[in-house]
Amino acid sequence: MTSSLNQMIEESRLLKVIARNWAFCFLISFIVLFSFTGRGFFSIVNFQNIIHLSVIAILMASAETFVIISGGIDLSIGFVMGLSSVTAGKIIQIMFNSGNFSPAFSIFIGVSIALVVSILPGLLSGIVISKYRVPPFIATLGMWGITNGIALKICKGFPVAMLPDSLTKIGNGYILYFKRGDGFSFFGLPYGVGNDKIREYLRLIPNSFIFLIIILLVLWHLLKNTKFGQHTYAIGGNEDAAVRSGIDVKKHIVKIYVLSSFIAGIAGVFNVFQTGIGNFTTFGAMYELFAVAAVVIGGASLMGGKGRLIASVIGVFLIAVLENGLLISGIEPFYRYIAVGLLLILAVVIDELFPDLF
Amino acid sequence: MSYLLETKDITKRFGGLVAVDKMSFGVKEGEVVAILGDNGAGKSTLIKMISGVYPSDGGTIFYKGVEAKIHTPMDALAVGIETIYQDLALAENLNVYSNIFLGREKTKKKFGFLPVLDHTYMHNESVKVLEKLDIKIPSLKNNVRTLSGGQRQAVAISKSIYWNAKVLIMDEPTASLGVAQQKQVLDLVNSLKDHGLAIILISHQMRDVFEVADRIIVMRRGEKVGDLIKKETTTEEIVNLIVGSELVN
Amino acid sequence: MQSLAKRDRIDMLLKIGRQWALIFLVAELVFFSLMARGFLSLNAFQIIFFFGTAIFLMATAELFVIITGGIDLSAGYVMGLATIVSAKLIAAFYQSGMDSLSSIILGIIITLVIGLIPGLINGFLISHLKVPPFIATFSMLGICHGVSELLISEKAAKNLPLLANEIGNGNFIYFVNGGGISFFSRPEVPRGVKVYEFLPNVVFISFVFIAVFAFILARTKFGQHTYAIGGNKDAAIRSGINVNRHIVKIYMLSSFLASLAGVLYVLKYVTGKADAGASLLLDSIAAVVIGGASLYGGKGTVWRTILGALIIAVLETGLRIMGIPTFDKYIIVGVILISAVLIDQFFPEPTYEE
Ligand SMILES: Nc1ncnc2c1ncn2[C@@H]1O[C@H](COP(=O)(O)OP(=O)(O)OP(=O)(O)O)[C@@H](O)[C@H]1O
Ligand SMILES: [Mg+2]
Repeated sequence: MTSSLNQMIEESRLLKVIARNWAFCFLISFIVLFSFTGRGFFSIVNFQNIIHLSVIAILMASAETFVIISGGIDLSIGFVMGLSSVTAGKIIQIMFNSGNFSPAFSIFIGVSIALVVSILPGLLSGIVISKYRVPPFIATLGMWGITNGIALKICKGFPVAMLPDSLTKIGNGYILYFKRGDGFSFFGLPYGVGNDKIREYLRLIPNSFIFLIIILLVLWHLLKNTKFGQHTYAIGGNEDAAVRSGIDVKKHIVKIYVLSSFIAGIAGVFNVFQTGIGNFTTFGAMYELFAVAAVVIGGASLMGGKGRLIASVIGVFLIAVLENGLLISGIEPFYRYIAVGLLLILAVVIDELFPDLF
Repeated sequence: MSYLLETKDITKRFGGLVAVDKMSFGVKEGEVVAILGDNGAGKSTLIKMISGVYPSDGGTIFYKGVEAKIHTPMDALAVGIETIYQDLALAENLNVYSNIFLGREKTKKKFGFLPVLDHTYMHNESVKVLEKLDIKIPSLKNNVRTLSGGQRQAVAISKSIYWNAKVLIMDEPTASLGVAQQKQVLDLVNSLKDHGLAIILISHQMRDVFEVADRIIVMRRGEKVGDLIKKETTTEEIVNLIVGSELVN
Repeated sequence: MQSLAKRDRIDMLLKIGRQWALIFLVAELVFFSLMARGFLSLNAFQIIFFFGTAIFLMATAELFVIITGGIDLSAGYVMGLATIVSAKLIAAFYQSGMDSLSSIILGIIITLVIGLIPGLINGFLISHLKVPPFIATFSMLGICHGVSELLISEKAAKNLPLLANEIGNGNFIYFVNGGGISFFSRPEVPRGVKVYEFLPNVVFISFVFIAVFAFILARTKFGQHTYAIGGNKDAAIRSGINVNRHIVKIYMLSSFLASLAGVLYVLKYVTGKADAGASLLLDSIAAVVIGGASLYGGKGTVWRTILGALIIAVLETGLRIMGIPTFDKYIIVGVILISAVLIDQFFPEPTYEE
């Protein structure tokens, strides 16, 4: 049965395109489906909402994409994000509340330090993995515990609050505010309009979206068009071949885990801007596992050597739309876990059935 | 004519096991030297030292009479020693020209500053080298995974040639190939020889060896036990050397 | 002559080095005995085992899976699901008029049977559909999590029989000061007479099962095949082992032990929680790796895994007695986990050459 199906797909161009992009097709079908079942699902406001809420998941999946293509896995990114978030939060809190520094300066310093700190777990994992041959699963699981512990120590187990309001103004702001017959404004409500009227305005393009696009473009370029990306695929495909072709594989692997950790750090910064507080990561959040799920749904293999950034992003959206759609359609949110599980298995089974397609 | 590449007393140990024991040999330009030996004799280990995969535990490698310090694969490549491995060392998830350029990708500047991979250049250069060696591969944009064993072999060899290999090391190039493909590879070896390359060939196939080699070196338990001109020896003599002289008496 | 002596010394060092986990445990015990007031007592040791039951069971579960070269991410949430299912079942039976003991026993048995299902599905996906263990068990994690929340959202389990609590926090043996032994239940004694508690029931139950599985792994054909599959799957298939069926059994075994941990959790805390086992992923894998197993499969023993689990359990209780927040525990376990692999590389197992 499989072979005849394979043959059919081989013969039909259209089927081939569909099978290769099944996640995207699923995404479209879900959108169509939920547009019928969920009131208010198909609207700019809701779509922006989905994107806004997916920002962190997309960053996580991007980080994981690089690692997985290289044949590794990074389980620590969820807690690195928490570490970055509480580090930024704590520093901003101390500086801001001391009264000696402006909010902007406090934020700048806090964010910079958080980003630098977020590199360290990746650096350590990378060295331990490449130089001392510790399996990535173990090294990053160890880092999972270490970063979690350090983050909890920094924030003493409580979210870091009392931060400047400007954080959420930027983090949850939009590029364009628009009201029919009333004109528009950029980056904030028109002058003199109170916050209570915010619902009357159509808000377009979340700020986070712009930052996200920029980051994604850079990462996409890195993976697709540069030696760095090419070597990442090569290492995942055949590490031996990469070594023998003169690629400094050890150094490259360190770079990959640093990159992954750094992206997770950026996600932590986004988190501070979006929530206005520094949050540690809870055990139940499982950012790293959902990220792996999105990447695999996007067609990557845990064996390494394949995967696309765009496909991983689609993987995230597939999960996000599913969650959002189920919620809006009034279905219990617990089914989301189940749905993600089923999607994931489907992804792998499809990959297994049509190995030549990807 | 003196040796292009030569080893003196080169040694490799794995724990208590001496895999290669004070091995000295050499190969000249335009010469094919075959290394024979039973499984585990140390052939692969020997060439891995020459190509920088394993550091040696003693001894020296000379290139054009000068000591060559080879510690990493990059060192070997820089000298001009290229290796076609038993397990081929191609990234199967990448296409043909990406493999030929692996580790030495060509980039160009986009918008004057942004370095990006120059796919067109790499593709065209790869076509040229394949034509020069008379190798036929349907599309260089196909992943190596879709190629036949012989085609992969040819890709690996083209890669070396393109990068100006002076010494070519081949570990069991015809193993796991069909008869027709084996012939293609041997023809390729002959034409490479004509191009002036020094070739070290490891093979278990006596017939291959006698077809292309100029000189035959036999290894047993890490040691060199024979170094013979092909025209002056016989299959029987070689076999006896491989399995050990105690069987002769 | 001299070099021989030197070689012997190195061999000796290697031999000692390979027992680093044991040495570490002893060092840990000495450290806490000196630093933590009240650590050095029978009671504290029983507490270590009492709180450690889940780690011991989950680590043993993970061990079997890891020996085959797999991984089970779902165990923690299978445990969570088992806590909820058993709490609900016991409460339901009890309320329907069944007596305490029967409702507890029946509830537990049904839960343990249900607990086989996630493993069955994991095993099927992994062996027959060739889904990588990481993906299959993560999906199962999601599914168990979802089902757990679904069950709780309807109605939380309340009104469990008091007996559950008594069993969960009771002991196997009670010694009465001045003579007298009682099993299972605290003897009635006059005020002021001291009763020594010995061997908490949950610890006793756990170790009965762990001993059985240790026996299975070390002494039976099943155990032998488990190692064979982890060592070289193709070779195992060619020697006629039904590898697919075996892998299904392994994942069922893992989810059985996770369910057992869940059931014991309910007896201890008289409540069910979806994420009761969530943080055990790190602990259990760490225990297995500290115990010398390799994620590539083919290696590991139950007793060494228990040693690894004990290191973590001692750490947890020791820190708690010292009043140090458990945040540090995560850091320390993470460091030990990574170090374990490094140390093992430092003291390689002997390769048998002449
Ligand atoms: N990385 C290694 N670690 C330990 N021992 C090794 C290693 N590589 C090779 N050996 C040992 O060194 C000896 C020589 O191996 P080598 O691979 O060089 O043999 P070979 O002549 O290439 O054999 P074959 O014809 O089977 O390819 C063997 O005994 C082998 O087991
Ligand atoms: Mg060999």
